[in-house]
Amino acid sequence: MLDAGRHPKINLLSYCEVEEVSGEVGAFQVKVRKKARYVNEDLCTGCGACVEKCPTTVKDTYNEGLGERTAIYKYFPQGIPSTHCIDAENCRQLGQGKKCGICAKVCQANAIDFEQQDQMLDLEVGAVVLATGYDVFDPSVIPEYAYDRIDNVVTAMEFERLLSASGPTHGHLDRPSELALRAEVAVLEKDLNKVSRQIDRLEEKHGKKTAEFLKEFEAGKAGEDEDFERWATLAEKQTAAEKVLAPLKKREAAAQTAKNLAFIQCVGSRDFRFNRFCSSYCCMHSVKEAMIAHEHDNQTTSSIFCMDLRAVGRGFEEYKLRGGKSSNIKYVRGRVAEITEDEAHNPIVWYESTTSRQVDHETFDLVILATACVPSAGTPKLADLMGVELDQNGFFKTDPFAPLDTTRPGIFVCGCAQGPMDIPESVAQASSAAARAAEVVATVPKAAAGGGE
Amino acid sequence: MAEDLRIGVFVCDCGSNIAGYLDCPDIAEYAKTLPHVVYVKENLYTCSEAGINEIKAAIKEENLNRVVVASCTPRTHEPLFRESCAEAGLNPYLFEMVNIRDQCSWVHMQEQEKGNLKAKDLIRMGVAKAALLEPQEPIQSEMDPKALVIGGGISGMTAALGLANRGFQVFLVEKAPELGGLLRHLHKVGPSYVNADDLVASQATKVEKHENINLLTSTTVKAMEGYIGHYKVTVSSNGVEQQFGVGVIVVATGAKVLKPEGFYGYDGKRVITQFELEELFRTESFKAEHVVMIQCVGARDEERKYCSRICCMTAIKNSIAIKEQNPEATVHILYRDIQAYGVENEALLQRSKQMGVRYIKYDQQRPPEVQENIVKVYHHLLGRDLELPQDLVVLSTPLIAGEDNQSLSKLLRVTLDANKFFLEAHVKLKPLDFATDGIYLCGNAHYPASVREAISQALGAASRASIPLAKGVMTVQPIVSVLANEDACRGCGLCVALCPYGALEIVRTDKGRKVRVISVACKGCGVCAATCYQHALDINSFTDQQVEEQIKAFLSG
Repeated sequence: MLDAGRHPKINLLSYCEVEEVSGEVGAFQVKVRKKARYVNEDLCTGCGACVEKCPTTVKDTYNEGLGERTAIYKYFPQGIPSTHCIDAENCRQLGQGKKCGICAKVCQANAIDFEQQDQMLDLEVGAVVLATGYDVFDPSVIPEYAYDRIDNVVTAMEFERLLSASGPTHGHLDRPSELALRAEVAVLEKDLNKVSRQIDRLEEKHGKKTAEFLKEFEAGKAGEDEDFERWATLAEKQTAAEKVLAPLKKREAAAQTAKNLAFIQCVGSRDFRFNRFCSSYCCMHSVKEAMIAHEHDNQTTSSIFCMDLRAVGRGFEEYKLRGGKSSNIKYVRGRVAEITEDEAHNPIVWYESTTSRQVDHETFDLVILATACVPSAGTPKLADLMGVELDQNGFFKTDPFAPLDTTRPGIFVCGCAQGPMDIPESVAQASSAAARAAEVVATVPKAAAGGGE
Repeated sequence: MAEDLRIGVFVCDCGSNIAGYLDCPDIAEYAKTLPHVVYVKENLYTCSEAGINEIKAAIKEENLNRVVVASCTPRTHEPLFRESCAEAGLNPYLFEMVNIRDQCSWVHMQEQEKGNLKAKDLIRMGVAKAALLEPQEPIQSEMDPKALVIGGGISGMTAALGLANRGFQVFLVEKAPELGGLLRHLHKVGPSYVNADDLVASQATKVEKHENINLLTSTTVKAMEGYIGHYKVTVSSNGVEQQFGVGVIVVATGAKVLKPEGFYGYDGKRVITQFELEELFRTESFKAEHVVMIQCVGARDEERKYCSRICCMTAIKNSIAIKEQNPEATVHILYRDIQAYGVENEALLQRSKQMGVRYIKYDQQRPPEVQENIVKVYHHLLGRDLELPQDLVVLSTPLIAGEDNQSLSKLLRVTLDANKFFLEAHVKLKPLDFATDGIYLCGNAHYPASVREAISQALGAASRASIPLAKGVMTVQPIVSVLANEDACRGCGLCVALCPYGALEIVRTDKGRKVRVISVACKGCGVCAATCYQHALDINSFTDQQVEEQIKAFLSG
């Protein structure tokens, strides 16, 4: 990323979308919308002072909604270019018409520009490479896995964020049910504190403790004051809130990190209801995640439920065996039929083990769904404006003997945009797509291919 | 020291990243007390335009001849600061960077006083080293704009065409008398069921006709010397040797099929390999009615732990071919895991099942038994043995590394993995490069691959190889190994053996055997300098003397 950002021949256009493509191989004209980020990229030093002071917090999509970010933000810490962006919809000043502008005040580089507008760029290029990646399958459409009902059933991508040292839990495997509990306690405590502060003021004003006041009030001896009705109500609220909070806090204190993990393979892939294809890389990422979880806490045990465990790259089979031997990973051959939940929010996995010919169930702390690789949401629109065809699964169509060529000359595709594949294969393909693009550009006259640099 | 040293130190606040945790004004005051320091400036952001202008102005106005910036990481910012020095007329290698952020303010947020002391130590060390820095000039080397591709299978042909179409001269060396490699022995190519012969013929014709490709069949590589841009290659064609020069090399030597001697009564007649089955198809002599295929024969076992990636797909492809020829024939595939990864492969697996191919999972601990006219296998869903009729047993064996890999890896000074396949520089970031500059790999030489994968890797390797070729001139940072004390060198060759990049060689000189550094190939890793008993080698900008002064400066604190 850094290399791409620093390369003298790469003109990096982030936060941009292609809107129109015309022309033909060797001389394409491309219209690109550079979206307003309300931060001047050339001035912003990426220091992050604005983020520290921004008063608005929203769900952090980079952390799969498991954490929060501010309205002015950087998608992730190592992001290139190292600059910020205002999420206009959630910004008090831009989206909600309130007076704020705190970021502009704290920015010593004067990079904040609330007046910034979208810009249209016209590029002339000889070839186009599509590297738009993929989306993660949404498992909530599989009723039996209860992803939308059971907190402690997460997708592999969510699990990655939980495992990450820069993620919302700093790499500790706190369970989503506990995170929700913590958030609930925080909200309740905030409300309670508000009530308590009001009560404190009343106690001070009237020079007596609430218990004393209530005794008098209930006995009708408190006398007349406009505060008294409110005081009594507040006291009632306080007692009620404390009653609700106590057991929650007890549960919070007793919470433990997830130690017994289940990984379920082929969630949305190799499933005739959703995607027939195999997503190729999920077997290996489950093994990897189980191994990292075990590295983080060597008490961790994992069960990987799979049909075939597809470890087909260099060193993959050996890696899988090592996971079984030294990272407490158990490989269970069987398709999971259903996931239910017990009272302590532990998911229960029901499955048939084909090797022992038993229908069985086991309780876990956390279930991780190895979700399928599906075409990214914008693919049909992009295919339309590029004038290229998609295959029956919705990925960009290629030929086995010309694996980088789309159906339109001069437009190439690499990585998961053409179908699921792992990182080494994607990186190799990226070079191949560059080779094809260079071949095309080399064979057309310089004048036509010279633009775009 | 003849020169009057005038060192300038710039202390960066990095907004609050450094100044939020360290006392930058205090650190700047301290820097003023260090030897030869004539100018100190604290900046909010040294890397901002204002900061850069201050460096440039100070070089001119204060006649600075060394610059030290105490800020973030050289990984991101050293090039910028070096460039700025150069713009102000100072040799860019008279610049030294001190990291007081990543390894100081960030990690010592909780102990700011100690962090402050550490920042001072680091700056004192940086200044001590800066005093000894010497100007360097970037190393440039012309590129011989030609390529050598070793291996004329689908990978080698595709890589050669990829480079030739870009206008580069290519020598394509194939040890067999004709092009095509393993593909020449196959029947059809999945998933599209194109005739392998047609595919080979169409690529081979393009190769033979291409004006930029010099095709050398029945030829092997005998010797190789040199480095990126200047490889000298000796090849032998039927005993006749010739030599030529190339700038880059692509290794596409493929792999071979394991012959499963001793497995399941393999005899090449009733018990054959998938490879031999393809030959039966090609010669239209396939007649069997009851076929049993066994997967992972000689793979994923103690001897060969790896999964060979393509054998499941070969079995599926051939099972479909059998069913197409004779829908009444029975085909059973006994497998451990069916590796039909991806979109096309899984679709073929499903198609074969629709055509009636039966799949039975077997346990490695309880392998099938081949007996006369039957194969016995334990079916773990039924919980009992099945007896499958057979008049042909087909064993799916892995691809194994070619026998030339070992000798070729020595010739090219590149690495093999535990299974003797060629090993890339980095599994994720550089899957098609070797650690040695100017040599690339693709196809089965790297690891078993389908035709689709081999083609895409070959084009990728061609792309990687074309980068130095297109540049024409190699420019390398001069932070490389130098023979600082020629008299001390005894020509023992220990450094040559340890250099991971082939950047050292022993040459005969008037003074006897001495080491020579091939600067363009050197990455400045320092292994040689650290190894040399005689302290004959040094690394520019990291000389023994500079490092010693840094240590002394640290200890004097």
